[in-house]
Amino acid sequence: MGNDTPRLVAKPPPNIELNTEIRNLDNEMHIHIESDADIVVAREQGRAIGRSIGFSSTDLTIIATAISEIARNILVFAKSGEIILGTADQGDRRCITIIAEDKGPGIRDVSLAMRDGFSTGRGLGLGLPGTRRLMDEFQLISSPGKGTTVTMKKWITRNG
Amino acid sequence: MEVPILKQGGYLIATIQAALSDADLIRLQDALVEQVGKFRSKGVIIDVTALDVMDSFATRTLRSIAHMIKLRGAETVICGIQPEVAFAMVQLGLTLEGISTTLDLEEGLALLNQRMLKRGGVHGK
Amino acid sequence: MAKKDEARFSEVELEQGTEESIGELLRQLVAHLRQNRTQLRQEWARRITQAKLLTAMSQDEIFAEATTIYDNYVEALESGTFEALQGYARNLSERIIPRGVETHEVIGIVLLLRDVLARSLFAKYQHDFSLLNRILDAYEPAANRIANTVAVGFVQERERTIRQQQEAIRELSTPVLQVRERLLILPIIGVIDPQRARQLTEQLLRGIRTNRAKVVVIDITGVAAMDSNVANHIVQTVEASRLLGATVIVTGLSPEIAQTLVTIGVDLTKMNTVGDLQGGIEEAEKLLGYKVLILGETSTTIQTT
Repeated sequence: MGNDTPRLVAKPPPNIELNTEIRNLDNEMHIHIESDADIVVAREQGRAIGRSIGFSSTDLTIIATAISEIARNILVFAKSGEIILGTADQGDRRCITIIAEDKGPGIRDVSLAMRDGFSTGRGLGLGLPGTRRLMDEFQLISSPGKGTTVTMKKWITRNG
Repeated sequence: MEVPILKQGGYLIATIQAALSDADLIRLQDALVEQVGKFRSKGVIIDVTALDVMDSFATRTLRSIAHMIKLRGAETVICGIQPEVAFAMVQLGLTLEGISTTLDLEEGLALLNQRMLKRGGVHGK
Repeated sequence: MAKKDEARFSEVELEQGTEESIGELLRQLVAHLRQNRTQLRQEWARRITQAKLLTAMSQDEIFAEATTIYDNYVEALESGTFEALQGYARNLSERIIPRGVETHEVIGIVLLLRDVLARSLFAKYQHDFSLLNRILDAYEPAANRIANTVAVGFVQERERTIRQQQEAIRELSTPVLQVRERLLILPIIGVIDPQRARQLTEQLLRGIRTNRAKVVVIDITGVAAMDSNVANHIVQTVEASRLLGATVIVTGLSPEIAQTLVTIGVDLTKMNTVGDLQGGIEEAEKLLGYKVLILGETSTTIQTT
Protein backbone atom coordinates (compact mmCIF):
# COMPACT_ATOMS: atom_id res chain seq x y z
CA MET A 1 0.00 0.00 0.00
CA GLY A 2 2.87 2.29 0.64
CA ASN A 3 4.61 1.76 -2.66
CA ASP A 4 4.05 4.20 -5.45
CA THR A 5 2.53 2.65 -8.49
CA PRO A 6 3.90 3.86 -11.79
CA ARG A 7 1.75 6.72 -12.64
CA LEU A 8 1.33 8.69 -15.76
CA VAL A 9 3.64 11.62 -15.88
CA ALA A 10 3.97 14.06 -18.72
CA LYS A 11 7.29 13.78 -20.49
CA PRO A 12 9.46 16.42 -18.91
CA PRO A 13 11.22 18.88 -21.15
CA PRO A 14 14.90 18.12 -21.79
CA ASN A 15 17.40 19.52 -19.31
CA ILE A 16 16.70 23.08 -20.28
CA GLU A 17 19.84 25.07 -20.73
CA LEU A 18 19.61 28.26 -18.79
CA ASN A 19 19.43 30.92 -21.41
CA THR A 20 19.80 33.83 -19.09
CA GLU A 21 22.80 34.71 -17.05
CA ILE A 22 22.75 33.18 -13.65
CA ARG A 23 24.95 35.39 -11.54
CA ASN A 24 23.37 38.67 -12.49
CA LEU A 25 21.00 38.48 -9.59
CA ASP A 26 19.11 41.21 -7.81
CA ASN A 27 18.01 40.82 -4.21
CA GLU A 28 20.58 38.09 -3.79
CA MET A 29 20.29 36.11 -0.58
CA HIS A 30 22.45 33.30 0.74
CA ILE A 31 21.19 30.73 3.18
CA HIS A 32 23.59 28.27 4.69
CA ILE A 33 22.09 24.81 4.98
CA GLU A 34 23.31 22.72 7.82
CA SER A 35 20.21 21.64 9.70
CA ASP A 36 16.60 20.95 8.95
CA ALA A 37 15.63 24.27 10.50
CA ASP A 38 17.67 25.94 7.76
CA ILE A 39 15.45 24.28 5.17
CA VAL A 40 12.47 26.08 6.66
CA VAL A 41 14.36 29.39 6.56
CA ALA A 42 15.32 28.87 2.94
CA ARG A 43 11.81 28.17 1.78
CA GLU A 44 10.31 31.06 3.73
CA GLN A 45 12.84 33.38 2.14
CA GLY A 46 11.99 31.92 -1.23
CA ARG A 47 8.34 32.53 -0.55
CA ALA A 48 9.03 36.11 0.49
CA ILE A 49 11.09 36.86 -2.59
CA GLY A 50 8.53 35.20 -4.82
CA ARG A 51 5.79 37.23 -3.25
CA SER A 52 7.74 40.44 -3.78
CA ILE A 53 7.87 39.83 -7.51
CA GLY A 54 4.21 38.98 -7.74
CA PHE A 55 3.81 35.21 -7.90
CA SER A 56 0.38 33.74 -7.13
CA SER A 57 -0.11 31.82 -3.93
CA THR A 58 -0.06 28.55 -5.82
CA ASP A 59 3.27 29.44 -7.39
CA LEU A 60 4.65 30.54 -4.03
CA THR A 61 3.86 27.13 -2.63
CA ILE A 62 5.47 25.51 -5.63
CA ILE A 63 8.60 27.61 -5.16
CA ALA A 64 8.77 26.83 -1.46
CA THR A 65 8.29 23.13 -2.17
CA ALA A 66 11.04 23.07 -4.80
CA ILE A 67 13.43 24.81 -2.40
CA SER A 68 12.53 22.38 0.33
CA GLU A 69 13.36 19.42 -1.89
CA ILE A 70 16.75 20.60 -3.05
CA ALA A 71 17.73 21.99 0.32
CA ARG A 72 16.97 18.65 1.89
CA ASN A 73 19.12 16.93 -0.74
CA ILE A 74 22.00 19.09 0.40
CA LEU A 75 21.45 18.04 3.96
CA VAL A 76 21.03 14.38 3.25
CA PHE A 77 23.82 13.90 0.75
CA ALA A 78 26.34 16.63 1.50
CA LYS A 79 25.65 17.50 5.14
CA SER A 80 25.99 21.20 4.33
CA GLY A 81 25.76 23.65 1.49
CA GLU A 82 24.27 26.89 0.29
CA ILE A 83 20.98 28.00 -1.11
CA ILE A 84 21.26 31.19 -3.13
CA LEU A 85 18.12 33.07 -4.00
CA GLY A 86 17.73 36.02 -6.31
CA THR A 87 15.65 37.69 -8.96
CA ALA A 88 16.34 38.83 -12.50
CA ASP A 89 14.53 40.81 -15.17
CA GLN A 90 14.18 40.11 -18.85
CA GLY A 91 11.97 42.56 -20.68
CA ASP A 92 8.57 42.35 -19.09
CA ARG A 93 9.35 39.04 -17.44
CA ARG A 94 10.90 38.54 -14.06
CA CYS A 95 12.18 35.38 -12.52
CA ILE A 96 13.18 33.94 -9.21
CA THR A 97 16.44 32.07 -9.38
CA ILE A 98 17.21 29.32 -6.91
CA ILE A 99 20.66 27.81 -6.68
CA ALA A 100 21.60 24.90 -4.45
CA GLU A 101 25.31 24.35 -4.09
CA ASP A 102 27.20 21.78 -2.16
CA LYS A 103 30.63 20.19 -2.03
CA GLY A 104 29.23 16.77 -1.35
CA PRO A 105 29.98 13.46 -2.99
CA GLY A 106 28.35 14.45 -6.29
CA ILE A 107 26.17 12.38 -8.58
CA ARG A 108 27.82 9.83 -10.79
CA ASP A 109 24.98 9.42 -13.24
CA VAL A 110 23.12 12.66 -13.80
CA SER A 111 20.77 11.19 -16.37
CA LEU A 112 19.78 8.46 -13.96
CA ALA A 113 19.09 11.03 -11.29
CA MET A 114 16.83 12.86 -13.69
CA ARG A 115 15.02 9.79 -14.93
CA ASP A 116 11.33 10.30 -14.88
CA GLY A 117 8.24 8.21 -15.36
CA PHE A 118 7.85 7.45 -11.73
CA SER A 119 6.81 9.55 -8.79
CA THR A 120 9.30 10.90 -6.34
CA GLY A 121 11.12 8.09 -4.68
CA ARG A 122 12.65 6.61 -7.79
CA GLY A 123 15.49 8.07 -9.80
CA LEU A 124 18.00 7.72 -6.97
CA GLY A 125 15.54 9.08 -4.46
CA LEU A 126 16.59 12.65 -4.98
CA GLY A 127 13.22 13.88 -6.08
CA LEU A 128 14.87 15.80 -8.91
CA PRO A 129 12.56 14.87 -11.80
CA GLY A 130 9.59 15.97 -9.75
CA THR A 131 11.27 19.17 -8.71
CA ARG A 132 12.07 19.94 -12.31
CA ARG A 133 8.38 19.68 -13.19
CA LEU A 134 7.70 22.45 -10.72
CA MET A 135 10.05 24.96 -12.31
CA ASP A 136 10.42 26.58 -15.73
CA GLU A 137 14.18 26.18 -16.10
CA PHE A 138 16.30 23.56 -14.46
CA GLN A 139 19.98 22.68 -14.61
CA LEU A 140 21.87 20.01 -12.73
CA ILE A 141 25.64 20.00 -12.67
CA SER A 142 27.34 17.33 -10.68
CA SER A 143 30.17 14.85 -10.75
CA PRO A 144 31.71 12.54 -8.20
CA GLY A 145 34.05 14.41 -5.91
CA LYS A 146 33.11 17.76 -7.35
CA GLY A 147 29.90 18.48 -5.54
CA THR A 148 26.54 19.41 -6.96
CA THR A 149 24.91 22.58 -8.20
CA VAL A 150 21.25 22.75 -9.01
CA THR A 151 19.96 25.93 -10.63
CA MET A 152 16.27 26.55 -11.16
CA LYS A 153 14.17 29.44 -12.35
CA LYS A 154 10.53 30.30 -12.40
CA TRP A 155 9.27 33.14 -14.55
CA ILE A 156 6.42 35.54 -14.14
CA THR A 157 5.20 38.04 -16.67
CA ARG A 158 4.54 41.46 -15.30
CA ASN A 159 0.81 41.71 -14.98
CA GLY A 160 0.46 45.24 -13.75
CA MET B 1 8.28 23.34 18.08
CA GLU B 2 6.09 20.70 19.60
CA VAL B 3 2.92 19.72 17.85
CA PRO B 4 -0.06 19.84 20.21
CA ILE B 5 -1.99 16.58 20.47
CA LEU B 6 -5.52 16.72 21.75
CA LYS B 7 -7.36 13.74 23.06
CA GLN B 8 -11.00 13.71 22.08
CA GLY B 9 -12.81 10.62 23.26
CA GLY B 10 -11.32 7.72 21.38
CA TYR B 11 -9.40 9.91 18.99
CA LEU B 12 -6.22 11.91 18.99
CA ILE B 13 -6.08 15.18 17.09
CA ALA B 14 -2.68 16.59 16.17
CA THR B 15 -2.63 20.12 14.81
CA ILE B 16 0.44 20.97 12.81
CA GLN B 17 1.81 24.49 12.65
CA ALA B 18 3.34 26.14 9.61
CA ALA B 19 7.09 26.14 10.15
CA LEU B 20 7.46 22.46 10.83
CA SER B 21 10.99 21.15 10.81
CA ASP B 22 11.99 17.59 10.04
CA ALA B 23 12.84 16.99 13.66
CA ASP B 24 9.40 18.22 14.72
CA LEU B 25 7.81 15.73 12.37
CA ILE B 26 9.82 12.84 13.76
CA ARG B 27 8.93 13.90 17.29
CA LEU B 28 5.30 13.95 16.28
CA GLN B 29 5.58 10.43 14.95
CA ASP B 30 7.02 9.19 18.23
CA ALA B 31 4.46 11.07 20.30
CA LEU B 32 1.48 9.80 18.33
CA VAL B 33 2.62 6.21 18.37
CA GLU B 34 3.19 6.40 22.10
CA GLN B 35 -0.14 8.05 22.84
CA VAL B 36 -2.15 5.75 20.63
CA GLY B 37 -0.77 2.91 22.65
CA LYS B 38 -1.25 4.68 25.95
CA PHE B 39 -4.85 5.76 25.37
CA ARG B 40 -5.86 2.91 23.12
CA SER B 41 -7.09 5.43 20.61
CA LYS B 42 -9.03 4.19 17.64
CA GLY B 43 -8.34 7.08 15.35
CA VAL B 44 -5.83 9.82 14.73
CA ILE B 45 -6.50 13.02 12.85
CA ILE B 46 -3.53 15.04 11.68
CA ASP B 47 -4.65 18.54 10.83
CA VAL B 48 -2.31 20.07 8.26
CA THR B 49 -4.38 23.20 7.55
CA ALA B 50 -1.47 25.42 8.56
CA LEU B 51 1.13 23.47 6.63
CA ASP B 52 2.26 25.62 3.75
CA VAL B 53 4.55 23.10 2.11
CA MET B 54 4.25 19.36 1.74
CA ASP B 55 7.46 17.97 0.35
CA SER B 56 8.70 14.43 -0.17
CA PHE B 57 10.03 14.15 3.37
CA ALA B 58 6.78 15.26 4.95
CA THR B 59 4.82 12.90 2.73
CA ARG B 60 7.03 9.93 3.54
CA THR B 61 6.85 10.68 7.25
CA LEU B 62 3.08 11.04 7.26
CA ARG B 63 2.78 7.70 5.48
CA SER B 64 5.12 6.18 7.99
CA ILE B 65 3.06 7.59 10.84
CA ALA B 66 -0.13 6.16 9.36
CA HIS B 67 1.53 2.81 8.95
CA MET B 68 2.82 2.64 12.48
CA ILE B 69 -0.49 3.77 13.89
CA LYS B 70 -2.28 1.13 11.91
CA LEU B 71 -0.03 -1.47 13.45
CA ARG B 72 -1.43 -0.36 16.76
CA GLY B 73 -4.97 -0.82 15.50
CA ALA B 74 -5.91 2.78 14.77
CA GLU B 75 -6.94 4.69 11.66
CA THR B 76 -5.27 7.83 10.43
CA VAL B 77 -6.98 10.70 8.68
CA ILE B 78 -5.18 13.71 7.31
CA CYS B 79 -7.31 16.81 7.04
CA GLY B 80 -6.87 20.34 5.80
CA ILE B 81 -4.51 20.02 2.86
CA GLN B 82 -4.66 23.40 1.18
CA PRO B 83 -5.47 23.68 -2.56
CA GLU B 84 -2.06 25.15 -3.37
CA VAL B 85 -0.31 22.45 -1.41
CA ALA B 86 -2.34 19.71 -3.09
CA PHE B 87 -1.50 21.21 -6.45
CA ALA B 88 2.22 21.27 -5.72
CA MET B 89 2.09 17.74 -4.38
CA VAL B 90 0.57 16.23 -7.50
CA GLN B 91 2.97 18.17 -9.70
CA LEU B 92 5.83 16.79 -7.68
CA GLY B 93 4.31 13.34 -7.94
CA LEU B 94 3.74 12.88 -4.22
CA THR B 95 0.93 10.67 -3.07
CA LEU B 96 -0.80 9.93 0.19
CA GLU B 97 -2.29 6.80 -1.25
CA GLY B 98 -3.71 4.58 1.41
CA ILE B 99 -4.37 7.37 3.86
CA SER B 100 -7.79 8.97 4.10
CA THR B 101 -7.78 12.67 3.48
CA THR B 102 -10.58 15.09 4.24
CA LEU B 103 -11.21 18.75 3.69
CA ASP B 104 -11.21 19.74 7.34
CA LEU B 105 -11.41 18.57 10.91
CA GLU B 106 -15.18 18.31 10.91
CA GLU B 107 -15.13 16.00 7.91
CA GLY B 108 -12.29 14.06 9.44
CA LEU B 109 -14.22 13.38 12.62
CA ALA B 110 -17.29 12.42 10.61
CA LEU B 111 -15.26 9.98 8.59
CA LEU B 112 -13.72 8.36 11.66
CA ASN B 113 -17.14 8.11 13.29
CA GLN B 114 -18.53 6.30 10.28
CA ARG B 115 -15.58 3.96 10.23
CA MET B 116 -16.10 3.21 13.91
CA LEU B 117 -19.77 2.52 13.31
CA LYS B 118 -18.80 0.12 10.63
CA ARG B 119 -16.25 -1.48 12.88
CA GLY B 120 -18.69 -1.56 15.75
CA GLY B 121 -16.09 0.10 17.96
CA VAL B 122 -16.03 3.15 20.16
CA HIS B 123 -16.40 6.52 18.50
CA GLY B 124 -15.29 9.85 19.75
CA LYS B 125 -17.82 12.27 21.01
CA MET C 1 56.67 49.05 -37.79
CA ALA C 2 56.87 52.72 -36.97
CA LYS C 3 54.35 53.57 -39.62
CA LYS C 4 51.92 51.07 -38.13
CA ASP C 5 52.31 52.59 -34.70
CA GLU C 6 51.78 55.98 -36.18
CA ALA C 7 48.64 54.85 -37.89
CA ARG C 8 47.36 53.33 -34.68
CA PHE C 9 48.22 56.42 -32.75
CA SER C 10 46.33 58.66 -35.09
CA GLU C 11 43.41 56.23 -34.97
CA VAL C 12 43.31 56.56 -31.23
CA GLU C 13 43.53 60.29 -31.51
CA LEU C 14 40.70 60.30 -33.93
CA GLU C 15 38.61 58.08 -31.67
CA GLN C 16 39.31 60.17 -28.65
CA GLY C 17 38.48 63.22 -30.66
CA THR C 18 35.19 61.71 -31.67
CA GLU C 19 34.46 60.56 -28.09
CA GLU C 20 34.77 64.02 -26.69
CA SER C 21 32.72 65.52 -29.46
CA ILE C 22 29.73 63.20 -29.07
CA GLY C 23 28.68 64.85 -25.86
CA GLU C 24 29.23 68.25 -27.43
CA LEU C 25 27.31 67.26 -30.55
CA LEU C 26 24.37 65.99 -28.55
CA ARG C 27 24.33 69.21 -26.62
CA GLN C 28 24.14 71.15 -29.85
CA LEU C 29 21.40 68.84 -31.02
CA VAL C 30 19.39 69.20 -27.86
CA ALA C 31 19.76 72.98 -27.97
CA HIS C 32 18.47 72.98 -31.53
CA LEU C 33 15.49 70.81 -30.58
CA ARG C 34 14.66 73.05 -27.66
CA GLN C 35 14.95 76.24 -29.69
CA ASN C 36 12.68 74.89 -32.37
CA ARG C 37 10.33 73.10 -30.05
CA THR C 38 7.21 74.85 -31.21
CA GLN C 39 7.68 74.46 -34.96
CA LEU C 40 8.93 70.91 -34.75
CA ARG C 41 6.04 69.74 -32.60
CA GLN C 42 3.56 71.37 -34.90
CA GLU C 43 5.23 69.89 -37.94
CA TRP C 44 5.13 66.48 -36.34
CA ALA C 45 1.49 66.73 -35.37
CA ARG C 46 0.67 67.89 -38.89
CA ARG C 47 2.41 64.92 -40.41
CA ILE C 48 0.74 62.51 -38.03
CA THR C 49 -2.64 63.71 -39.20
CA GLN C 50 -1.52 63.74 -42.81
CA ALA C 51 -0.47 60.09 -42.49
CA LYS C 52 -3.88 59.33 -41.00
CA LEU C 53 -2.44 58.01 -37.76
CA LEU C 54 -4.03 58.20 -34.31
CA THR C 55 -7.43 58.68 -35.92
CA ALA C 56 -8.99 57.55 -32.64
CA MET C 57 -7.80 60.77 -31.05
CA SER C 58 -8.75 64.42 -31.51
CA GLN C 59 -6.35 67.06 -32.81
CA ASP C 60 -5.93 68.54 -29.37
CA GLU C 61 -5.20 65.18 -27.85
CA ILE C 62 -2.66 64.39 -30.54
CA PHE C 63 -0.92 67.68 -29.96
CA ALA C 64 -0.90 67.20 -26.21
CA GLU C 65 0.61 63.72 -26.46
CA ALA C 66 3.02 64.90 -29.14
CA THR C 67 4.24 67.60 -26.78
CA THR C 68 4.89 65.17 -23.97
CA ILE C 69 6.59 62.63 -26.20
CA TYR C 70 8.72 65.40 -27.73
CA ASP C 71 9.82 66.68 -24.34
CA ASN C 72 10.59 63.18 -23.13
CA TYR C 73 12.50 62.55 -26.37
CA VAL C 74 14.70 65.59 -25.89
CA GLU C 75 15.12 64.73 -22.22
CA ALA C 76 16.33 61.22 -23.10
CA LEU C 77 18.75 62.60 -25.69
CA GLU C 78 20.13 65.02 -23.17
CA SER C 79 20.44 62.76 -20.16
CA GLY C 80 21.26 59.54 -21.97
CA THR C 81 18.99 57.71 -19.56
CA PHE C 82 15.76 56.11 -20.61
CA GLU C 83 13.90 55.27 -17.43
CA ALA C 84 11.69 58.31 -17.60
CA LEU C 85 10.95 57.58 -21.23
CA GLN C 86 10.12 53.95 -20.46
CA GLY C 87 7.78 55.01 -17.72
CA TYR C 88 6.10 57.50 -19.97
CA ALA C 89 5.84 54.98 -22.82
CA ARG C 90 4.02 52.55 -20.52
CA ASN C 91 1.79 55.24 -19.20
CA LEU C 92 0.97 56.45 -22.70
CA SER C 93 0.26 52.92 -23.85
CA GLU C 94 -2.06 52.26 -20.94
CA ARG C 95 -4.06 55.27 -21.98
CA ILE C 96 -4.21 54.81 -25.72
CA ILE C 97 -4.71 51.06 -25.99
CA PRO C 98 -8.28 51.19 -24.70
CA ARG C 99 -8.84 53.89 -27.33
CA GLY C 100 -8.03 51.35 -30.02
CA VAL C 101 -4.66 52.69 -31.07
CA GLU C 102 -2.68 50.00 -32.84
CA THR C 103 0.96 49.06 -32.96
CA HIS C 104 1.60 50.27 -36.49
CA GLU C 105 0.32 53.70 -35.47
CA VAL C 106 2.69 54.01 -32.54
CA ILE C 107 5.66 52.87 -34.57
CA GLY C 108 4.53 55.16 -37.35
CA ILE C 109 4.44 58.31 -35.22
CA VAL C 110 7.80 57.60 -33.65
CA LEU C 111 9.37 57.13 -37.08
CA LEU C 112 7.72 60.34 -38.24
CA LEU C 113 9.27 62.22 -35.36
CA ARG C 114 12.67 60.88 -36.31
CA ASP C 115 12.09 62.05 -39.83
CA VAL C 116 10.90 65.51 -38.79
CA LEU C 117 13.93 65.98 -36.56
CA ALA C 118 16.36 64.61 -39.13
CA ARG C 119 15.03 66.95 -41.80
CA SER C 120 15.38 69.93 -39.51
CA LEU C 121 18.97 68.90 -38.85
CA PHE C 122 19.63 68.69 -42.58
CA ALA C 123 18.18 72.14 -43.00
CA LYS C 124 20.29 73.61 -40.22
CA TYR C 125 23.62 71.98 -41.08
CA GLN C 126 23.37 71.81 -44.84
CA HIS C 127 26.31 74.18 -45.19
CA ASP C 128 28.65 71.99 -43.18
CA PHE C 129 28.44 68.46 -44.49
CA SER C 130 31.12 67.11 -42.17
CA LEU C 131 29.44 68.58 -39.07
CA LEU C 132 26.07 67.29 -40.25
CA ASN C 133 27.58 63.83 -40.53
CA ARG C 134 28.99 63.99 -37.04
CA ILE C 135 25.71 65.22 -35.62
CA LEU C 136 23.83 62.40 -37.32
CA ASP C 137 26.38 59.92 -35.98
CA ALA C 138 25.58 61.17 -32.51
CA TYR C 139 21.85 61.32 -33.18
CA GLU C 140 21.34 57.92 -34.84
CA PRO C 141 22.00 55.51 -31.96
CA ALA C 142 20.12 57.64 -29.49
CA ALA C 143 17.16 58.05 -31.83
CA ASN C 144 17.11 54.32 -32.48
CA ARG C 145 17.06 53.56 -28.81
CA ILE C 146 14.25 56.00 -28.22
CA ALA C 147 12.15 54.60 -31.06
CA ASN C 148 12.76 51.14 -29.69
CA THR C 149 11.88 52.07 -26.15
CA VAL C 150 8.59 53.61 -27.11
CA ALA C 151 7.59 50.90 -29.56
CA VAL C 152 8.60 48.03 -27.30
CA GLY C 153 6.87 49.67 -24.36
CA PHE C 154 3.68 49.87 -26.35
CA VAL C 155 3.89 46.32 -27.64
CA GLN C 156 4.53 44.93 -24.17
CA GLU C 157 1.59 46.83 -22.81
CA ARG C 158 -0.61 45.51 -25.58
CA GLU C 159 0.52 41.97 -24.92
CA ARG C 160 -0.24 42.43 -21.26
CA THR C 161 -3.73 43.65 -22.10
CA ILE C 162 -4.32 40.71 -24.41
CA ARG C 163 -3.14 38.28 -21.76
CA GLN C 164 -5.52 39.80 -19.26
CA GLN C 165 -8.36 39.48 -21.69
CA GLN C 166 -7.47 35.88 -22.41
CA GLU C 167 -7.34 35.20 -18.70
CA ALA C 168 -10.79 36.67 -18.28
CA ILE C 169 -12.14 34.58 -21.12
CA ARG C 170 -10.60 31.47 -19.70
CA GLU C 171 -12.08 32.21 -16.34
CA LEU C 172 -15.52 32.64 -17.86
CA SER C 173 -15.28 29.57 -20.01
CA THR C 174 -14.23 27.13 -17.35
CA PRO C 175 -17.02 27.21 -14.87
CA VAL C 176 -16.99 24.99 -11.89
CA LEU C 177 -20.66 24.38 -11.32
CA GLN C 178 -22.32 23.61 -8.07
CA VAL C 179 -25.47 21.73 -8.92
CA ARG C 180 -26.30 20.10 -5.65
CA GLU C 181 -25.06 20.62 -2.20
CA ARG C 182 -21.50 19.34 -1.95
CA LEU C 183 -21.46 18.23 -5.56
CA LEU C 184 -19.43 20.02 -8.17
CA ILE C 185 -19.37 19.51 -11.89
CA LEU C 186 -16.45 20.50 -14.04
CA PRO C 187 -17.19 20.18 -17.74
CA ILE C 188 -13.94 20.37 -19.66
CA ILE C 189 -14.53 21.67 -23.14
CA GLY C 190 -12.23 22.39 -26.04
CA VAL C 191 -8.51 22.69 -26.23
CA ILE C 192 -6.51 22.32 -23.08
CA ASP C 193 -3.18 24.08 -23.17
CA PRO C 194 -0.96 23.86 -20.09
CA GLN C 195 -2.02 27.26 -18.84
CA ARG C 196 -5.69 26.45 -19.12
CA ALA C 197 -5.17 23.05 -17.61
CA ARG C 198 -3.56 24.58 -14.60
CA GLN C 199 -6.27 27.17 -14.25
CA LEU C 200 -8.91 24.46 -14.38
CA THR C 201 -7.26 22.54 -11.59
CA GLU C 202 -6.79 25.59 -9.43
CA GLN C 203 -10.38 26.67 -9.91
CA LEU C 204 -11.68 23.22 -9.12
CA LEU C 205 -9.60 22.87 -5.97
CA ARG C 206 -10.67 26.28 -4.73
CA GLY C 207 -14.23 25.33 -5.56
CA ILE C 208 -13.96 22.14 -3.55
CA ARG C 209 -12.81 24.08 -0.55
CA THR C 210 -15.37 26.86 -0.89
CA ASN C 211 -18.31 24.56 -1.51
CA ARG C 212 -17.06 21.81 0.79
CA ALA C 213 -17.69 19.47 -2.06
CA LYS C 214 -17.54 15.76 -1.38
CA VAL C 215 -18.05 14.63 -4.93
CA VAL C 216 -16.76 16.10 -8.15
CA VAL C 217 -17.87 15.04 -11.59
CA ILE C 218 -15.34 15.85 -14.29
CA ASP C 219 -16.90 15.56 -17.72
CA ILE C 220 -14.51 15.19 -20.59
CA THR C 221 -17.06 14.69 -23.37
CA GLY C 222 -16.10 18.01 -24.90
CA VAL C 223 -12.34 17.67 -24.75
CA ALA C 224 -10.97 18.44 -28.20
CA ALA C 225 -7.92 16.22 -28.22
CA MET C 226 -6.73 13.63 -25.79
CA ASP C 227 -3.01 13.18 -25.56
CA SER C 228 -0.63 12.26 -22.79
CA ASN C 229 -0.38 15.84 -21.53
CA VAL C 230 -4.12 16.29 -21.25
CA ALA C 231 -4.53 12.84 -19.75
CA ASN C 232 -1.79 13.56 -17.27
CA HIS C 233 -3.44 16.80 -16.32
CA ILE C 234 -6.75 15.05 -15.69
CA VAL C 235 -5.06 12.44 -13.54
CA GLN C 236 -3.35 15.17 -11.51
CA THR C 237 -6.65 16.98 -11.06
CA VAL C 238 -8.27 13.80 -9.82
CA GLU C 239 -5.45 13.15 -7.37
CA ALA C 240 -5.37 16.68 -6.06
CA SER C 241 -9.14 16.63 -5.55
CA ARG C 242 -8.84 13.47 -3.52
CA LEU C 243 -6.28 15.12 -1.28
CA LEU C 244 -8.98 17.64 -0.48
CA GLY C 245 -11.31 14.83 0.49
CA ALA C 246 -13.45 14.78 -2.62
CA THR C 247 -14.36 11.71 -4.60
CA VAL C 248 -13.99 12.18 -8.31
CA ILE C 249 -16.10 10.67 -11.04
CA VAL C 250 -14.87 11.06 -14.58
CA THR C 251 -17.56 10.98 -17.23
CA GLY C 252 -17.65 11.21 -20.98
CA LEU C 253 -14.99 8.63 -21.54
CA SER C 254 -15.65 7.11 -24.92
CA PRO C 255 -14.28 3.62 -25.52
CA GLU C 256 -11.75 5.12 -27.90
CA ILE C 257 -10.50 7.60 -25.35
CA ALA C 258 -10.45 4.94 -22.69
CA GLN C 259 -8.26 2.87 -24.98
CA THR C 260 -5.97 5.85 -25.60
CA LEU C 261 -5.62 6.44 -21.88
CA VAL C 262 -4.80 2.83 -21.18
CA THR C 263 -2.22 2.85 -23.95
CA ILE C 264 -0.65 5.98 -22.50
CA GLY C 265 -0.39 4.26 -19.17
CA VAL C 266 -3.27 5.62 -17.14
CA ASP C 267 -4.56 3.10 -14.64
CA LEU C 268 -8.29 3.36 -15.19
CA THR C 269 -9.07 0.98 -12.37
CA LYS C 270 -7.96 3.71 -10.04
CA MET C 271 -10.38 6.13 -11.56
CA ASN C 272 -14.09 6.14 -10.98
CA THR C 273 -15.53 6.41 -14.47
CA VAL C 274 -19.06 6.52 -15.74
CA GLY C 275 -20.25 6.68 -19.35
CA ASP C 276 -22.05 9.98 -19.53
CA LEU C 277 -22.57 13.08 -17.47
CA GLN C 278 -26.10 12.19 -16.48
CA GLY C 279 -24.99 8.83 -15.23
CA GLY C 280 -22.16 10.49 -13.40
CA ILE C 281 -24.47 12.86 -11.59
CA GLU C 282 -26.72 9.99 -10.59
CA GLU C 283 -23.73 8.10 -9.28
CA ALA C 284 -22.62 11.18 -7.37
CA GLU C 285 -26.01 11.62 -5.78
CA LYS C 286 -25.98 8.04 -4.73
CA LEU C 287 -22.63 8.58 -3.11
CA LEU C 288 -23.86 11.66 -1.33
CA GLY C 289 -27.02 9.94 -0.14
CA TYR C 290 -24.87 7.74 1.95
CA LYS C 291 -22.73 8.96 4.75
CA VAL C 292 -19.80 6.69 4.36
CA LEU C 293 -17.34 7.25 1.57
CA ILE C 294 -14.46 4.89 1.68
CA LEU C 295 -11.69 6.10 -0.54
CA GLY C 296 -9.48 3.76 -2.44
CA GLU C 297 -11.35 0.58 -1.64
CA THR C 298 -14.47 -0.91 -3.13
CA SER C 299 -17.20 1.35 -1.91
CA THR C 300 -18.93 -0.33 0.92
CA THR C 301 -21.70 1.95 1.90
CA ILE C 302 -23.83 2.21 4.95
CA GLN C 303 -27.07 3.99 4.68
CA THR C 304 -27.95 6.29 7.50
CA THR C 305 -31.39 7.62 8.14
